[in-house]
Amino acid sequence: MVTEQEDVSNAVVELLRKTVVRLPQDVEDAIRNAYASETDEVPKMQLKAIVDNIDMAIKGNTPMCQDTGVAIFYVDLPKGCKVDVGEGIVEGVRRATKEVPLRPNAVHPITRKNPGDNVGERMPYISRRIHDQDYIEITVMTKGAGSENMSQLAMLTPSQGLKGIKEFVLNGVLRAGSNPCPPTILGVGIGGSSDIAMKLAKEALLRPINVRHKDPEMAKLETELLEAINMLGIGPMGLGGKTTCLGLNIEYAYCHTASLPVGLNVQCWAGRRGTVRIYPDGKATYPTHER
Amino acid sequence: MPKRIKTPISEADARALKAGETIYMDGIVFTGRDEVHIHALEYLEKGKKIPVDFKGAALFHCGPIMKKVEEKWVAVAAGPTTSSRMNSLEPGFIEKFRPGAIIGKGGMSQPTVDAMKEFGCVYLAFTGGAAVLAAKGIKSVEGVEWFELGMPEAIWILNCDNFGPLTVAIDAHGNSLFADVNVKVKENEKKARAKLGLS
Repeated sequence: MVTEQEDVSNAVVELLRKTVVRLPQDVEDAIRNAYASETDEVPKMQLKAIVDNIDMAIKGNTPMCQDTGVAIFYVDLPKGCKVDVGEGIVEGVRRATKEVPLRPNAVHPITRKNPGDNVGERMPYISRRIHDQDYIEITVMTKGAGSENMSQLAMLTPSQGLKGIKEFVLNGVLRAGSNPCPPTILGVGIGGSSDIAMKLAKEALLRPINVRHKDPEMAKLETELLEAINMLGIGPMGLGGKTTCLGLNIEYAYCHTASLPVGLNVQCWAGRRGTVRIYPDGKATYPTHER
Repeated sequence: MPKRIKTPISEADARALKAGETIYMDGIVFTGRDEVHIHALEYLEKGKKIPVDFKGAALFHCGPIMKKVEEKWVAVAAGPTTSSRMNSLEPGFIEKFRPGAIIGKGGMSQPTVDAMKEFGCVYLAFTGGAAVLAAKGIKSVEGVEWFELGMPEAIWILNCDNFGPLTVAIDAHGNSLFADVNVKVKENEKKARAKLGLS
């Protein structure tokens, strides 16, 4: 048996359903911990609403948030993969929009015309790589616009250095304030070039928030920034409280000696990400949603 | 027991609410976000007919996921959207249409706080992302107007029962929980900067 395009679209429908209904374990745990540790009445009620909503979404097999994002996919393909994964994903998104359902979010950027199926020019957006495994791996982040709209790029000068990076992240959180549905998760991309820094900032959100960067210096910076941000007291929904940020992940790349690009991607509390692996026999597993 | 309030909301009802209170809502709620604000103000200016009456209404900054079940619309997920996107439009909207409450998330800027004070309107914060909880408070979908704007941007007419919890975050007396938090955040920023070794 070989993987068919239909296996891909079936897997993508299921992947999108699982992803919009249930959070990955690390994010869910962080929210429950924030709820347990909050003492003030107003933020406690915000976190209770979030925790209740998480439970109700699972129970009803319903999207946890009405903003199911635009479909941005990361795909790892086996060498010599013959199946048209791109077409399979497009078909999967179309079907999931009806079957899950997802909110039809994708519109023409200028006319704002909504085709109603989340498919349009370059959307779904797919990044492809080749890997050494025999399976196709597809990861999706269904990210709402409230948080995405708070994302930013800074082209710092090398002399601004580490302090400049810290300043940029802190100011980004202050500027975002109550808008991105805090408690947030932050992805920080350091280095590369303007486009790479933003790409890394988003890809940083693919790592579980309880896993620190493998480079001890970056790991230290992740913890330091997170602790400082949680001193701000913006709190859940910007109504004050202990938890402003659930987690902060950094990814970096070497950059030009004359540049220091930094990207900040802001993710709401609903840090939805999901992965499916499609094996050569067409069978699919969902490692982010196995519980 | 938290207070329950029924729409339409009179100016006196709105002025009786105090920042920090938790309330639940019953009755008709209209959704409306960017495009509804733009269209309603444009229609009014051109003297064109607006399909719903916003006077005393609860306007919900929300672009829901709706599903048609046997010819009837059902709300699947209906949490609030970021209200600050409507910052530039809301003061004019409140002045022209006189809604009793705006429901949203994240708060709104000072000109809206001022308009709410002047015309007797409140801002009710619903927890962002809590879309299933919100849908539970929607008993039925009574109809949809301006559907051509797309599912997220249309006016959905929602019949609500015990919709909430809603936090009175901006009252009709110029008080804003968000402004209060901002004052504290400014103070806390100094500590956060010190921790990061920033001057």
